[in-house]
Amino acid sequence: MLNFLGKRAVASAISLVGLVLLVFFLSRLTGDPTGLYLPLDASEEARAQFREIHGLNDPLIVQFFSYMSDLIRFDFGDSIRRSEPAIDVVLRGFAWTLQLAVITMSLVVVSAVIIGSLAAFKVGGVFDRIATFFSLIGASAPDFWIAIVAIVIFSVNLGWFPTSGTGTVWHWVMPVAVLFIRPFGLILQIVRGSMITALSSAYVKTARAKGLKNRPIIFVHALRNALLPVITVIGDQAAALLNGAVVIETIFGFPGVGKLMIDSILQRDFTVVMAAIMVTAAAIFVMNLLIDILYSILDPRIRY
Amino acid sequence: MTHTPNQPASLPDIPKAPNPILQTYRMLWNDKFAFVSVIFLFFVLLCAIFGPLLLEDIATKQNLRGRNAPPFDFSTNWAYWLGGDALGRPLLARIIVAAQNTIFVAAGAVFFSLIVGTALGLVAGYTKKTWSQVIMRLADIIMSFPSLLLAVIVLFMLKSSVFNLVIVLAITRIPVYLRTARAETLEVRERMFVQAARVMGASTPRIIFRHILPVVFPTLVTIATLDFAFVMLAESALSFLGIGIQPPEITWGLMVSQGRPYLTTAWGLSLWPGLAIILTTLSLNLVSNWMRTALDPAQRWRLENVRKKND
Repeated sequence: MLNFLGKRAVASAISLVGLVLLVFFLSRLTGDPTGLYLPLDASEEARAQFREIHGLNDPLIVQFFSYMSDLIRFDFGDSIRRSEPAIDVVLRGFAWTLQLAVITMSLVVVSAVIIGSLAAFKVGGVFDRIATFFSLIGASAPDFWIAIVAIVIFSVNLGWFPTSGTGTVWHWVMPVAVLFIRPFGLILQIVRGSMITALSSAYVKTARAKGLKNRPIIFVHALRNALLPVITVIGDQAAALLNGAVVIETIFGFPGVGKLMIDSILQRDFTVVMAAIMVTAAAIFVMNLLIDILYSILDPRIRY
Repeated sequence: MTHTPNQPASLPDIPKAPNPILQTYRMLWNDKFAFVSVIFLFFVLLCAIFGPLLLEDIATKQNLRGRNAPPFDFSTNWAYWLGGDALGRPLLARIIVAAQNTIFVAAGAVFFSLIVGTALGLVAGYTKKTWSQVIMRLADIIMSFPSLLLAVIVLFMLKSSVFNLVIVLAITRIPVYLRTARAETLEVRERMFVQAARVMGASTPRIIFRHILPVVFPTLVTIATLDFAFVMLAESALSFLGIGIQPPEITWGLMVSQGRPYLTTAWGLSLWPGLAIILTTLSLNLVSNWMRTALDPAQRWRLENVRKKND
């Protein structure tokens, strides 16, 4: 197990370095942030001083190595825009996104597993058809479109929920609901498919022959074996949730890491972009590890 | 020669192998949703190919009396049946014209990622050496980060154009095909026919492309159909955020975004292009579902059985 963890950590470190290299040099291509932060009539001295402070005068390669040497000491640099450590800004945003993702994903998993299993129990039945239809629509709908339609209906016309912000529980309803739809549709499809396979297997027939009731057959015997492929997809979807979060956070004015990243790119706040990328990538790495561990718990045959 | 008594008078009829095109059509007909979807996708494709040629003038002509015109006013020109946009351009015509960019960006991205991902995946699966490691690490880099964010970063830096958008979306989707192709190849390469080919002295490229690829390809095409929907949604989201296609070029995602300021006064501006996106991705999902069943020998009976019942 430790050996496996070590291998995984090395592999992820390599891909993280690749990502950092890519983004570092690409982001420098967008231009000099000086013009963006100083007034138009700033003197040449002021501009030079600004560049000096933020280390923009050095050749790119020197900038890169000084950035990397700071990084080894976990110094992510200061945000140009907010004059505070970039990592603080990112972690604050990340906490919001994490809450959003955890709430949404728990709701998605619970409801998709239950509804998917019930749909698979009677393939082609009324419940199955309704569930499949709605999950397909959910998997096909663009989240930004649902978000703005939801704002028109529930905020503007009915006035039930606020359009943006994070103040109360009501502020969370629409972002969570909109983020919920896509992964719910996709995971429900996978649960249904793998439950159909599991329910037609020999051990389910044995369980039925023993005279077990439907509920233990579905949720104990079949589900445990059907969950393996589902967990892989849950992992992918949890990472993809960050994609959706970018759009949703922008529309609902939610102070998460996705919105922060878009804003920072537009404002050429390079240190924040880099820190945000590394925090997100680290989170995805941890999540993939958890999924591997969950695998070996669910299927004792899998050993690392 | 005389008739031998223990030989049956006539052999039982061996059913003739059905015509593959006719069989496909029948299986499609048995899944009504997939059938409708294929027709709809065909229609969208026609719009994408011929729309701009025929309607470019109508779709860009401004008409200030038709500003944010309400939909379903059938007394007007057909192009205004879904209303007009903020500059009085007919929405229906614009949606048809926008189909071109929307469909071709997604098609280009899926095509590139399918070709490149499959080729790399086959190589990574068949050769166990260094190349396999290098390819898999590259895929890990791309997979270790949410694709949309990566696309946002790269596009903002490269200045977005249709070409850049296609390339960026293609790169973010390559790992999907790469991993599937590799996993399948790892399994297929151990099968008897591959060993037989090797024993007979077939070269590595021949084994990969003539023996392994045909087995792996149906799975990849099914994934590609589903991925087409994903890429379309990703392109729409990027255009919606303002980093994808830039005006005066239009896509459905961009139209939704352009309609956003007028949501309370003219909801149709965002609603119709969004509906076009949903219907297209929904159709792709349904077709992909059908393909998964039709290409899987263990599940195919679900589509064939219905026919016997109907006959």
